Amino acid sequence: MSTSTTSRDGTSNRGETGLGEPLELRHSHARGFGLGFVVKLILMAGINAFGLFGILAAWAAGSWGILAFLVIALIVADLVYFLPGKRILPAKYLFPGLIFLLVFQIFVLLYTATTAFTNYGDGHNSTKEAAISQLTNTYEQRIEGSEAYPITVLSGDDGLALATVEGDQVLVGTADQALAPLEGARASDGRVVEAPGFETLDYAGTVAAATELSELRVPVSGQEAEGVLRTDDGRTAYAYDSTLVYDENADAMVADDGTVYANNGEGAFAGPDGEELRPGWQIFVGLDNFGAIFDPGTLGGPFVSVTLWTFAFAILSVALTFLLGLLLAILFNDEKLKFRNFYRAIIFLPYAFPGFLSILIWAGLLNTDYGFINDVLLGGAAVPWLENPWLARLSLLLVNLWLGFPYMFLVTTGALQAIPKEIYESAEMDGAGAVRKFRSITLPLLMVAVGPLLIASFAMNFNNFNVIYLLTGGGPQNLESTTGVGATDILISFVYKIAFAGGTNDYGLASALSILIFIMVAVISALTFRRSKALEEIN
Amino acid sequence: MTSPTTPPTGDGSGPEGSDRAPWAAATPAPATGTSNTAQPPGSLEAEGARVPAPRRRPRAGAGRRFARGGFKHPAAIAACIFALFPLVYAFSASLSASGSLLGSNRLFSEITGANYTELLTDPQNPYLTWFANSMFVSVTTAVGTVLMGAAAAYAFSRFRFRARKGGLLALLIIQMFPQLLAFVAIFLLLFAVSEVYPFLGLNSRLGLVAVYLGGALGANTFLMYGFFNTIPRDLDEAAEIDGASHAQIYWTMILPLVTPILVVVGMLSFISSFSDFLLAQIVLQEPSQYTLAVGLYQFVAVQFGENWGVFSAGAVLAAVPVVALFLFLQRYIVSGLTGGAVKG
Repeated sequence: MSTSTTSRDGTSNRGETGLGEPLELRHSHARGFGLGFVVKLILMAGINAFGLFGILAAWAAGSWGILAFLVIALIVADLVYFLPGKRILPAKYLFPGLIFLLVFQIFVLLYTATTAFTNYGDGHNSTKEAAISQLTNTYEQRIEGSEAYPITVLSGDDGLALATVEGDQVLVGTADQALAPLEGARASDGRVVEAPGFETLDYAGTVAAATELSELRVPVSGQEAEGVLRTDDGRTAYAYDSTLVYDENADAMVADDGTVYANNGEGAFAGPDGEELRPGWQIFVGLDNFGAIFDPGTLGGPFVSVTLWTFAFAILSVALTFLLGLLLAILFNDEKLKFRNFYRAIIFLPYAFPGFLSILIWAGLLNTDYGFINDVLLGGAAVPWLENPWLARLSLLLVNLWLGFPYMFLVTTGALQAIPKEIYESAEMDGAGAVRKFRSITLPLLMVAVGPLLIASFAMNFNNFNVIYLLTGGGPQNLESTTGVGATDILISFVYKIAFAGGTNDYGLASALSILIFIMVAVISALTFRRSKALEEIN
Repeated sequence: MTSPTTPPTGDGSGPEGSDRAPWAAATPAPATGTSNTAQPPGSLEAEGARVPAPRRRPRAGAGRRFARGGFKHPAAIAACIFALFPLVYAFSASLSASGSLLGSNRLFSEITGANYTELLTDPQNPYLTWFANSMFVSVTTAVGTVLMGAAAAYAFSRFRFRARKGGLLALLIIQMFPQLLAFVAIFLLLFAVSEVYPFLGLNSRLGLVAVYLGGALGANTFLMYGFFNTIPRDLDEAAEIDGASHAQIYWTMILPLVTPILVVVGMLSFISSFSDFLLAQIVLQEPSQYTLAVGLYQFVAVQFGENWGVFSAGAVLAAVPVVALFLFLQRYIVSGLTGGAVKG
């Protein structure tokens, strides 16, 4: 079991020849009964318990996708960590990270991609069957002139039942069984007190079953026209009938006044005037979401302006932070400058301060009425820094400059110091002036080192949700627009608004927009990718 | 190689070599040739103190002479004021008596700790809970990211297996897609998970950690992979000959040698999860679960400017540990940044 020779496989043979005494270390922690093995066993026991718990819970909840994933993941985990052999070794180290990557990066990516082709969102978030039953229940009405039934709630093998007294007969009905006389039941004071085969629920029991009770519909008789009993308080029931009935042949909901709400093919039933019944259901809509994004009539206009601003914001942010950082780096790249380290420490501070906090502080500083900048620096002016579209954009760039220039300063300082002094000396000998030296030596060498970081910075700013959302919230809003898009919204905050803010949550549309951002990021990355050395490193 | 009795951990050249050489080379991703880019920041502070001022006076070109002119200090001071004034303002606001946005404009006119007292005692906005939540989420994420990223980097760096190249390439591509963009799907996924594991689903801090850990491999494996490659494989082989198992080599030999990169990755992961707003806002829905980012935003957004003093106090307190960590680990971070990681 714990022999060391098995643990190293082929290599141990090589090592064993002529090496003399095997060391204590030869016992593999993972396989012998050492500390490592015990730790591994405990960890794996925990993981198995976690997995089994999840499998049972998923079974109970009917989450089949999660169930299947858990079963597979658990089996793979046990195989990876208990199979012997060298071939499985890399998997032991990769498995934990891969599981998380798989679920929270790759799966969500694919899920985003599928959602983009559906109409998933408010009013379209379940199946057609669920929508029909919900519609039937929502549009029910108490039958005019119908009597009130004093009822008792019973609990039987098939769920809840309602019992009522009619004359001297006790009638009992369930969701599947219309009201019918029950032999041997006893009533007193107009209330049922005993029903064979059922248990009468007291007040507490009724309250506990409130949700189930509110969904209970008991047919009054075999005839549909007499409606269904429904109770809200567990003491009195009324006969209801639905004003909307699903007609399977026509695939439509028919109202009692004769209006036909036909399946409009877009995941909803719509009346003749085009009015849709809520809720609808989730369907695949093909490229409709993408169509809406590019259609000038719906989202096309905002999409173009938001995209332009996103690029402008990202490029200007990088350019401004880089320029200021470079300027300061050159300034401080002078060993004789006094207090140089002190200055550097101060300039480092904005970088160290948590970004979300400094953005909020800036929002206060730039406040029109009470902000420090207007009130003190500008002597009481009322410059609408965050309310005017162009000033808001300017403010964003300013704040992002503040947030980003220390980083650029640090990075360029590093790169500048890495340029060998000899190059400058030989350039000087050739008679190059300061400008020439900067243009022909400093800048090219700097860009080699810093270029990839600028691209990374661009990519980060391209999706810099925090600074937009916390400073301007994407505003000021264009009041003429119905989409809620503001002048400073970038693509990612636009997606956020479509998905979570505003009146409707349109996950399908938001996902489609996300996919477009993915594609933009991918294209930009691919263009710059070839110049990166990262690929070579793999080989 | 010839002395099999040497324990693998104590290899003489190890620690020293790891301090400098692997460091510089651990940043190759962007360096493209100038692989020592990262080294100078390490010597940033040291240099200024070490070099005595007047030495090569005569060799000054026209530009240099101008540069030495007095404009440098004013420019430096201007930059420092720009960098510092929002922070000073926030500090002053946190001490102001009026507590409103307008009242905070007269810097340091009155000094009181009332905002701090209110911040820590307001039951409506449990600041200490948010703080603890943030710490829990960020520290757990950082530790998890380091453990998983290092293990993956070790596998890619030390083992030769069939899917190795493909795997590295796949990671490189996947890491280009910000997880942030899939937030709708993340929301829906956690919603589904809530039914199975309530403690991992929506409105749970562990669920948020799990989401953050999804990005652990993509973003950091490359940074670590480069560093791991700079640790000579001879060390592993020697240890292997001595009979050390792969787990022993990894835990007792490699990990201590790569500590600098572990610190950087852990730190970056801590910062990015500490500052994340979007995902935290989507996942956490009750004030008792909020992180600082979500809690303080809600707090200040309700009536902007009303609670300004208290908010500032919260901001100052929240920033203290982060800034302290930053300054403490400045050397590591600066080098790690040059290595291609970007603050989130």
